[in-house]
Amino acid sequence: MKKISLSSILSQLLLLFFVIVWIIPTFGLFISSLRDKDLLAISGWWTALTTTEINEIYRMSGMESQIEEDGYFKIKGTLFEDNSGKKIESFGINSKKINEFKIGDIAIFKDESEVILDENGNYEWRSKSEFQKKKGKRLFTTSLSPPSFTFENYREVLFKEGIGRAFVNTMAVALPSTLIPLIICSFFAYSLTWMRFYGRDTLLAIIIASLVVPLQMSLIPILTIYNDFGALFGVAAKSYPGVWMAHTGFGLASTTFLLRNFLKSLPNEMMEAAKVDGASHYDIFLRIIIPLSIPAFASIFILQFLWCWNDLLVGLVFLDQVPSEIILTAKLKELLGSRGENWEILTTGAFVSMTVPLFIFFALQRYFIRGLVAGSVKG
Amino acid sequence: MTILNLLFIVFLGILFFIAYFHISNYLLDSYGGSSVKRYNFENSIRVIVFIAPAFIVLFIFILYPVFETIRLSFYDKFGREFVGLYNYKWAVNDPEFRRSILNNLVWLLVVPTLSTFFGLVIANLADRIWWGSIAKSIIFMPMAISFVGAGVIWKFIYEYRGPDNTQIGLLNAIIVSLGYEPQAWLTIPIWNNFFLMAIMIWIQTGLALVIFSAALRSIPKEMLEAARIDGASELKIFFSIIIPYLEQTILVIWTLITIIVLRIFDIIFAMTNGEWQTGVLANLMYDWMFRGGGDSGRGSVLAIVIMIGVIPILAWNLYKHRQEQKI
Amino acid sequence: MADININTVNKYFGDVHVIKDVSLDIKSQSFTVLVGPSGCGKSTMLRMIAGLEDINSGTISIDGQVVNDLPPKQRNIAMVFQSYALYPHMTVFDNMAFGLKLEKRSKDEINERVNEAARILQIEDYLQRKPKQLSGGQRQRVAIGRAITRKPKVFLFDEPLSNLDAALRVQMRVELAKLHNELEATMIYVTHDQTEAMTLADDIVVLDTGIVSQKGSPLELYDRPNNMFVGGFIGSPKMNFISSKILSKSSDATEVDIMGMSKISVSKMSASSSEGDSVTLGIRPEHLVVNGDSDGSWESKVFVVEKLGDVTYLYLEKDGEPLVAETEGHSEIKVGDTVKVGFPAGRCQLFDSSGQAFK
Ligand SMILES: Nc1ncnc2c1ncn2[C@@H]1O[C@H](COP(=O)(O)OP(=O)(O)OP(=O)(O)O)[C@@H](O)[C@H]1O
Ligand SMILES: [Mg+2]
Repeated sequence: MKKISLSSILSQLLLLFFVIVWIIPTFGLFISSLRDKDLLAISGWWTALTTTEINEIYRMSGMESQIEEDGYFKIKGTLFEDNSGKKIESFGINSKKINEFKIGDIAIFKDESEVILDENGNYEWRSKSEFQKKKGKRLFTTSLSPPSFTFENYREVLFKEGIGRAFVNTMAVALPSTLIPLIICSFFAYSLTWMRFYGRDTLLAIIIASLVVPLQMSLIPILTIYNDFGALFGVAAKSYPGVWMAHTGFGLASTTFLLRNFLKSLPNEMMEAAKVDGASHYDIFLRIIIPLSIPAFASIFILQFLWCWNDLLVGLVFLDQVPSEIILTAKLKELLGSRGENWEILTTGAFVSMTVPLFIFFALQRYFIRGLVAGSVKG
Repeated sequence: MTILNLLFIVFLGILFFIAYFHISNYLLDSYGGSSVKRYNFENSIRVIVFIAPAFIVLFIFILYPVFETIRLSFYDKFGREFVGLYNYKWAVNDPEFRRSILNNLVWLLVVPTLSTFFGLVIANLADRIWWGSIAKSIIFMPMAISFVGAGVIWKFIYEYRGPDNTQIGLLNAIIVSLGYEPQAWLTIPIWNNFFLMAIMIWIQTGLALVIFSAALRSIPKEMLEAARIDGASELKIFFSIIIPYLEQTILVIWTLITIIVLRIFDIIFAMTNGEWQTGVLANLMYDWMFRGGGDSGRGSVLAIVIMIGVIPILAWNLYKHRQEQKI
Repeated sequence: MADININTVNKYFGDVHVIKDVSLDIKSQSFTVLVGPSGCGKSTMLRMIAGLEDINSGTISIDGQVVNDLPPKQRNIAMVFQSYALYPHMTVFDNMAFGLKLEKRSKDEINERVNEAARILQIEDYLQRKPKQLSGGQRQRVAIGRAITRKPKVFLFDEPLSNLDAALRVQMRVELAKLHNELEATMIYVTHDQTEAMTLADDIVVLDTGIVSQKGSPLELYDRPNNMFVGGFIGSPKMNFISSKILSKSSDATEVDIMGMSKISVSKMSASSSEGDSVTLGIRPEHLVVNGDSDGSWESKVFVVEKLGDVTYLYLEKDGEPLVAETEGHSEIKVGDTVKVGFPAGRCQLFDSSGQAFK
C-alpha cells in the first residue's frame, strides 16, 4: 500500500507542476491587466499582492495657490491622487539624498522655506517671505504601496486605444464567418450524405484533400481576385463580406467533413420513413436534420468561431488596417509594435481579446472538446 | 462605417444565405410533385441548389487557388511573364529561405513531438487523480486563446530590462534571483526559436491532452486490471499496454499538430517578425506578398514549399478514405 | 382497390443482380408475407414497392398505375421499419402527425386521425412522450400508428416485430391480424418468423436469391412445396430430406427405395424422371412415425431428446443423415434407445435432382 500511495503522491506533484507552469503565464497577464500602470512598469506582477516600495518625484504647487496664515505664506496640497493607498516612508528634497527625512521631520530648503509632509502625501510648505516661483519645488518620496487593483486599464484600452472598436469588428468578422459556412456546409454535407448524384464520391474526396491544404496556397490568388474585383466594380477590395467569404472558404472543408461524419451516423431508415411520410429533402433537412444536429452544430460553431476570432493572417490580408476594420489580433500586433513598453495596454488588450474565447471555453467546454475530438479523426 | 451599419451588413450577409436556401427550396417544393418528369427534374435541380454555394466557394477559395499558385510560381513578380524555374532557383539560393526551411524543420521536429509527449503524460496523470479534470481544463485552456494573445502573454514572460532595473519578466526575474545576468531572450539567435516554440507547445499540449483523454477512456478497463493482477508495475503497464494501444491516436495527434505547425505564422509575426533568425516559411511568404510591391512568383514558391509538407498527409488521408469507402 | 402488380422486375446493386425477373400479383386487401433466407432480397422488394429504391427494369403498378418513377409520397403507401425509425426529437403525437402536417391537413383533422390511430393501437396515454421514453413494443405501435394515420392503400412491413421479445411478438401478431381486418388495406409483410408467416398470411411468397420460389396460401406451401427449397424453408423444425432412388414408375405412382431397407410407393409423378434416377424424399418431422405402423421403416438410435412439453423432438439418423422426428409430449424414449422409424407414403414429397417437386 505504501508504495502505491508514494507513486500517487509523486504523480500528483508532477501534475501540479504542469498545472502551475501552464496557468502562470495567463494568470500573470490577468493580474497585470488589473494593476496600476505605474506599478506595473516597475515591479513584477508576482509582487502585486505584497506592498511595494516605490520612489517617486513630485512637484509641489507654485505661487498661485499660496495663502497667508499665522504670519507665514503657505502652500498646501497633496502629492497623491485620491485614495492611492500609498504610505510615505521617507522623503528628500535633493535628488542625491532622497531618504534624508522621516515623516514629521521639517525639511528646510536653501531659501529657508520649510516643508512638512504626512504619510498620506499631504504637505504644508511655508515661508516667511512670499513665494515667487510659478513652479513649486520637487519632493522625492519613498512610499509603500499596498496591493491595489483597478479597472482603469480596461477603460483606457477599450475607449482610447481602439480595442473596443476592434472587439466589435472582430465580432462582425467572426459571427458571419461562422454562420455562413455552417449554413452552406450543412446543405452540402446533407447532399453528400443523403442525396444521390453523379460525382458525389469525387466531391467527397476533394473535401478530404482540401482538409489539409494550407491557407497559404490560397492567399495570393484570392488577393488578386479581390483586387481585380474591386477595380472592376470600383469598390474597396478589402471588406467585411470579402473576409467572411475567405473564412467560409478556408473553413468549408473541415465544417463539411465534421457535419458529414455526424449526418452519416443518423439512421438511414429514419430518412426513408420521412420520405415515405411525404417529406421533401428540404422538409427532412428542416424538421429532422436540424433538430437532431444541434449538438454537432454547437461543436462546429465553437471550433469555427474560435478559429475566426483568433485568426490573424486572414484579417491582415483581407481587411484594411484602419480603425473601422482592424480586428483584435491585428490591433494587438500593432500595439506590440507601437506600445511595446506599455504593458498595461498590452496585457489588458490581450485579456480583452481573450474574454470571448475564455467565456466559450468555460461555458461550452464539453462541445468544444467534442468537436476537437471528432475533428481529430481527420488527421 | 458606424457600428450600426456594421450590424446591418452582418445581419444582411447571414440573411442572404438563409434566404437563398429557403426561397429556392420553397419554390421547388411548390413546383414539384404531380408528374414523374417534374419530380425527377425537381430532384436534380435540388441537388444543384444544395451543392452550388459550397461548391462555388470551394472552387474559388481552394481549388482554383491551388492551380493558380502553381502557375504563378513560374511567372514573374506581377504574374505576367513566364520565367520558368527562376523563382525556384532564387529560393534555393536565398539565405533567408534556407534559414526559414531550417527553422520550419526544427519546429516540425520539436513542437509536435513535445506536445504529444506532454499531452500523453498529462492525460495519464490526470486520469487517476481526483482533481484531474480541473487540471486538464487548465492545461487545455490555451487552446482557446489566439496565437497573438499567447504571444503577448509570453512576451511578458520573456520581457527584458537592463541589469540595473527590476525585472518584470518572470523568466528574467527567476534568472536574476538565481544570480545570473538577465537576458533579452528573443534576440539570441538559435535559442530564441526554442522560446517561440515553447509558446506553441504550451498551446498544442491541450489539444493532445483532450484527444488522449478520450482515447484513454476507451481502453478496456479489464485489460489494465488483468495486467495488474499479473503483477505488472504501473510504468510497465504504461509502456507495454497503454502506449501500444494508443499508437493510432499518437499518430493522429502528431500529424494534426504537424499540419498546424507547418503553417505557423502568427506567433513569429507577433513576437519577432522573423528577426534574429526566427523566420519561418509562412512569414517569409507573407513578407514577399507585400515586399517591394509584392512578388507573386516568390510568394507562390514559398506557398508551394509549405504545401509539399502536407502532401504525404493528404495522400494518407485519401488512402484511408478509400479504404473506408470500400467497406 | 389497391392491387399491386409486379412485372419482370430486375434490380442490380452495381454488378450484383439482387432481384431477378420477379413477377407477382398481389390482390387488393390481401395480406401477403414475403419470406426467404437472409440476403435474398426481401427488403429490396419492399423498398422498390415503396419507391425507396429505383428499379432497373420491369414495372411495378399500384391500383393499375405504373409507379416506377413516382416518389414514395405519391404511391399511397406507408412503411413500417424493423428499427421503428421514429423521429427521436418529436413526441409520439408529432411522430404520428408528421405526414399529415406535410400534407398541410387542418389541425382538427390531424388531431382526429392521430387520436383514432392511437385508440386502435392503445397508445393514447403516451402521446406526449418522446420515443426514448417508450418500451420496444410501444415504439413499434407508434411506428405502426404513424403508418395508419395517413390512411394509405398499401402497408409495407419490414420485419416489424423482430426486435420484440417472444411474448410481445405473439401479442402484436394478433393485433396486426385484427388491424388488417379493420383497415381493409393491402399489406405486404416481410418476416423471418415461421409462425408469423403462417398465421398472418393470405399468401406467402418465398424468395430465393432474388427469384420467387413459390407463391401460395400457407397450407399450400406447407403441403405441396414446389421445390426442395420451399419444402425446407417452410415448417419448423425443417423437413427431413432422405436420399433415394427411383425403382419403378407406374401410371399414378413412383416407387422409390429407401437405401435398400424398404420400398415405398408414392402417388406422385414427374414426367421427366425415369427409373434409376436419384431423388430426394422429403418428410416433415411430425409425419415420421416412431415405433408405429408405417409404409417404410428402419431402425435408428436416438441421439438427442428435446422435450418441449406439448411435443418431443427426437434426433435420429439414417445412414449418417440426421433426421428429426416429432412425437407426443410425454414420450418415454430416452437417449441411446433404438427405435423403429417410418412414415406413411401419402405424407412424403419427392424432389428430383434439380430440387423440383414431383406433383
Ligand atoms: N444499398 C445496397 N448496396 C449494395 N448491395 C445491397 C444494398 N442493399 C442490399 N444489398 C444487397 O442486396 C441483397 C438483398 O438485400 P436485402 O436487404 O433485400 O435482403 P433481405 O432479404 O432483406 O435480408 P434480411 O432478411 O437479412 O433483411 C443482399 O445481398 C445485400 O447485400
Ligand atoms: Mg431485410
